[in-house]
Amino acid sequence: MIRRIYLIGNPNVGKSVVFSRLTGIEVIASNYPGTTVEFSKGYLKLKDDKIEVLDLPGVYSLEPNSKAEEIALRILNELPKEDSIVINIVDATNLERNLFLTLELIEESFRVIVCLNMCDDAKHRGIFIDVKKLESILGVPVISTCAVTGAGIKFLIENIPQARQIFLDKLTHQQRWQKIGEIIESVQQLSHRHHTVREILEDASVRPLSGLFISIGVIYLSFKLVRFLGEGLINKVFDPFFFNLYRPFLEKFSFLLGGKGFLHHILIGELIKGEIDFKQSLGILTTAPYIELAMVLPYMLAFYLVLGILEDIGFLPRLALLLDNLLHRIGLHGYAIIPTLLGLGCNVPGILSSRILESKRERFIASTLISIGIPCVALQAMIFGLLGRLSGFYVSGVYLVLFSLWLILGLILNATLKGFSPELLIEIPPYRFPPFLVILKKLYIRIKGFLIEALPIVFLGVMVVNVLLYFSLFDLLTGIFSPLVKGLLGLPKEAAIPLVIGFLRKDVAVGMLVPLNLTPKQLFISAVLLAISFPCIATFIVLWKELGLKDLFKAILIMIIVALIVGALLNFSIP
Amino acid sequence: MNKLSLTQLKQNQRAKVLDIVGGIGIKQRLLALGIYPGREITKISHFALRGPVTVKVGRTTLALGYGMAEKIIVELI
Repeated sequence: MIRRIYLIGNPNVGKSVVFSRLTGIEVIASNYPGTTVEFSKGYLKLKDDKIEVLDLPGVYSLEPNSKAEEIALRILNELPKEDSIVINIVDATNLERNLFLTLELIEESFRVIVCLNMCDDAKHRGIFIDVKKLESILGVPVISTCAVTGAGIKFLIENIPQARQIFLDKLTHQQRWQKIGEIIESVQQLSHRHHTVREILEDASVRPLSGLFISIGVIYLSFKLVRFLGEGLINKVFDPFFFNLYRPFLEKFSFLLGGKGFLHHILIGELIKGEIDFKQSLGILTTAPYIELAMVLPYMLAFYLVLGILEDIGFLPRLALLLDNLLHRIGLHGYAIIPTLLGLGCNVPGILSSRILESKRERFIASTLISIGIPCVALQAMIFGLLGRLSGFYVSGVYLVLFSLWLILGLILNATLKGFSPELLIEIPPYRFPPFLVILKKLYIRIKGFLIEALPIVFLGVMVVNVLLYFSLFDLLTGIFSPLVKGLLGLPKEAAIPLVIGFLRKDVAVGMLVPLNLTPKQLFISAVLLAISFPCIATFIVLWKELGLKDLFKAILIMIIVALIVGALLNFSIP
Repeated sequence: MNKLSLTQLKQNQRAKVLDIVGGIGIKQRLLALGIYPGREITKISHFALRGPVTVKVGRTTLALGYGMAEKIIVELI
């Protein structure tokens, strides 16, 4: 009887594509209890049974060299070997390296079936593999597939019950590699052919100079694309919806409420010049949904779509390689670019993904730098909203300040924290073009996560602010902070409110800064200060969960000091 | 003898791994990726200022930090 099916394989072998082909839509991503390693769970219908399918993290071997390998091994051993089937996904374009794990699985007497994936890609690269021969040498079924097109998947499913358990002596590592050499010798044939454009690009991207040019080009295009898509969504979809469909409805509602009073103040907010102003009214039916859905969500969609494509093509490891040197100096290594890039979308997934870094020291540096120096989409939308109409100069100014801050703070943290920065060791995968469906699926999961996280806080934040405003409770607060805000930072004392509210959620602060009629310099300083302080309450919670209370306080302390120093410096140095 | 570390190897040179001067952890990690004594590898590139090194092992392209590449002793072939 089969109770569970495992998918296991090296990283970048198309495992997740096979997984989504096998399981369809009903997928749950979960963490292994007590750890931070993620795996997905789905179901496969086999005859009349619905069998659980687990997609294990990508591993190179069954030795617990990394967290992912440790967890994979632990999950594999949860059930007796007789009750589960292991589908070992193997990359046909790189059979040799993949076989190490395959042999280990067979030696450990799991019921194995090998899925030789990316067969069409192997053909393109002039690699021919004798599947029947490989099957007879390994002693377990081998099915060739191309998960991207779906070819062979049906055959794989039909053959799952044929998975075989065999008992062999365990080999030493050297013997295993020797055996692999022999297997490759007898089943694989390479036909020499001219390098394809793709191979030339793959090669160029790992050399310093050409790699730099390619990366700059890709990043430039990506930013253009994000802005184009984001603005397109705003102008063509979200703004028309809010202004043409939603506002007339709200106006009627406002009229029904009598245009003023507590309820009107909470739901609709202040009328600006007799009209509802989505950016300034601050009602939970006006400003809250508008900021989140019409200002932030479109960019979020555009950003994560583009990032998802870059990830699946295999661009990020190349960027990691290029930036390894720089990141090394701030106590990280190249791979830390992945959480950093994710943080540009939303700091929460950025900080969560800093789990891929091995040491606690790295995770602290990465998370602190992300929360202080990396502006999330909501924050960037705010920066553009506040400063965009002044001039591009101010906008670039904020980015410049943030980047310098990120670098300087990183250097200081690296020099003062105990420990050392570990070494990069990653595989640079070949360029691949994943099916669009897989990218959309990932986008859907990320956006859903963002909305669940952000929406309630924005609504709550807007409401709290509104109640406090209604009862004029903020005057107390502005009084306390007035010397600091006025003397040190050169801002009017009312600016203390949005700065404090900024801790809750940055997007809420925009609507509050606009009516203060600040000078360009004051707007610039406020934008920088908002950018430095943590993006939102959710980031606090995530930092707390990931770093623990002590390190959270350390990060907060660093943030407050940095914000005051930078604010004061800007105030006294800008004429 | 042409004994040198991976960082000293020049671009596009082929070499045989002789030894990995490091703890068991680093040896195991490299081994799973196919770098072990006796294996032939080709250096593809290195990045300036003690930057990372990329090598080709079989059909796999790997990137190693400078410090790790220094620990891999190879012999020119």
